[in-house]
Amino acid sequence: MLEVANVSVRYGSFTAIRDVTFSVKRGEIAVLLGANGAGKSTLFRTISGLHKPAQGEIRLDGERIDSLPPDRIVQRGVVQCAEGRKLFPRMSVYENLLMGAYVHRKDKEGIRRLIEHVYELFPILRDKRNAPAGSLSGGQQQMLAIGRALMSRPTVLLLDEPSIGLAPLIVEQMFATIKQIHEEGTTILLAEQNAHAALSIAHRGYVFENGTIVASGTAEELLANDDVRKAYIGT
Amino acid sequence: MAIFEKRRLWLAVLAALALAFPLLVTNGYYLHMMTISFIWMIAVYGLNLFAGYTGYLSLAHAGFFAIGAYTLGILTVKAGVPFWLAFVSACLLTTLIGALVGLVALRTKEHFFAIYTLCVGYIIYLVIDKWDGLTGGVRGFIGIPAPADIGPLSFQTPVAQYYLLLFFLAAVVFIMYRLVYSLTGRTYIAIRNSEELALTLGISTMKNKLASFVLSVFFTSLAGALYASFIRFLGPDIAYVSVMFDFLTYLLVGGIGTLAGPVVGTLLVTFLSQQLQFLQDYRMLIFGPVLTLLIIFYPHGIAGGFIRFKAKREEARRLKLEANRTVAELAASRQGRSERHVKEG
Repeated sequence: MLEVANVSVRYGSFTAIRDVTFSVKRGEIAVLLGANGAGKSTLFRTISGLHKPAQGEIRLDGERIDSLPPDRIVQRGVVQCAEGRKLFPRMSVYENLLMGAYVHRKDKEGIRRLIEHVYELFPILRDKRNAPAGSLSGGQQQMLAIGRALMSRPTVLLLDEPSIGLAPLIVEQMFATIKQIHEEGTTILLAEQNAHAALSIAHRGYVFENGTIVASGTAEELLANDDVRKAYIGT
Repeated sequence: MAIFEKRRLWLAVLAALALAFPLLVTNGYYLHMMTISFIWMIAVYGLNLFAGYTGYLSLAHAGFFAIGAYTLGILTVKAGVPFWLAFVSACLLTTLIGALVGLVALRTKEHFFAIYTLCVGYIIYLVIDKWDGLTGGVRGFIGIPAPADIGPLSFQTPVAQYYLLLFFLAAVVFIMYRLVYSLTGRTYIAIRNSEELALTLGISTMKNKLASFVLSVFFTSLAGALYASFIRFLGPDIAYVSVMFDFLTYLLVGGIGTLAGPVVGTLLVTFLSQQLQFLQDYRMLIFGPVLTLLIIFYPHGIAGGFIRFKAKREEARRLKLEANRTVAELAASRQGRSERHVKEG
């Protein structure tokens, strides 16, 4: 449903992403593997409309979205949960979730139900609902960031490094939750460095290096691929 | 709940003081000072909405203040429009000009926005200063009527004018309060936090920034129109950069991005500078360093510093409570263990 075709992105004369083509099918979890600086975040920002591609097309269900402003792209259901757990630190957990529902702000009843749903996914957020987001721990902030993205009712959720900087036990929970979100009907595009964990829940993967895709395949194929194992899994 | 009640009590005390002020202070000069500072407060609330809550420093607001004031003057004196109709028109016309300026200015960001609006403000000043035929130029503009009576209410005496301005100030504070705690207010704060993050939540930042700017100009032009009808004489210097920086000083001292900031800052600075009047322009020697120190140590002004102090205390109390609980639990489990030991022994 989400297609990226021959996309290049430039910062001035520097080409951050060169001629990238890939797609995510409805109901899939696709993962972009790559080290820091490979261009994963730039690609995500481009899909969300924060950057305009220098060339190429991005299509959602066959319609081009690469010329739309970011807020329209969110309305179409492509929602990014940014890396680095960007929250509104002085707003409460509850207010952060409300902000996530901005595009559906008229639907008060739907918002109430969705917040309940997020609280069920992440019970700790219910306990902390009145605490300022800045006072949460790293893992809780990541949960809130994902919860807030869910409030926009994504059809495609872009998750940028949800496991970064989290304790191993929390990472495991995080991936279990991502899987659950997927099972509830959201298509997911995941950017990760933690290849093993990511491929264990994904259907399809793309390996990203220096702004371009160097390998792709189903999760099983990538896990069996020696180069990928050496570079990202280390066994 | 207790905090809410306490805040309400404070508000009631403040309101009572403000209402009783003309009875307590018989000195006409102080009454005049207070009334004037109400006008500044309204203007600063306008500035605060955009600079404080939306995060864009507009330096054109003195210009909008002046447009509001001069439009009221011109409409009542030259065109003979009834006062309150002219009053509303002055606000609306300034807001419209603000919208046009905003459409262009908001294509820039951060310091570029500040510089751009500084230029707009200066151009407004120049137009007022040079357009003799319309504004009276440097000679000024005189003969603006005091607010017209509304039914049995007359606003000819200083005390009546004080209450009229108090009413407007209270209305502005109330609207600000409702706005800041609404989704609209949170949207502005989200833009201040990070425009990019706001965009990824589906917020159209351009539309919201323009709305905030236009509202902010509206409040400032309201202050301008009130100023014209209260002072009843206008000179081009009300559009000058120094007035702009007065607004900014009030806002920074009181607390940018806080609800109490404009009131606290305006009162403090205007009364301090009155008290230091005997120093003439040398008082800037005191003001400059004090302001610098304040910005360094209390970047969020007096109200902002107070809010942060309270938040910190609350946090410390919470942590202490949690620590106590953990200690108690530890002690209890240890005790349980030793009791078991005794039984087993």
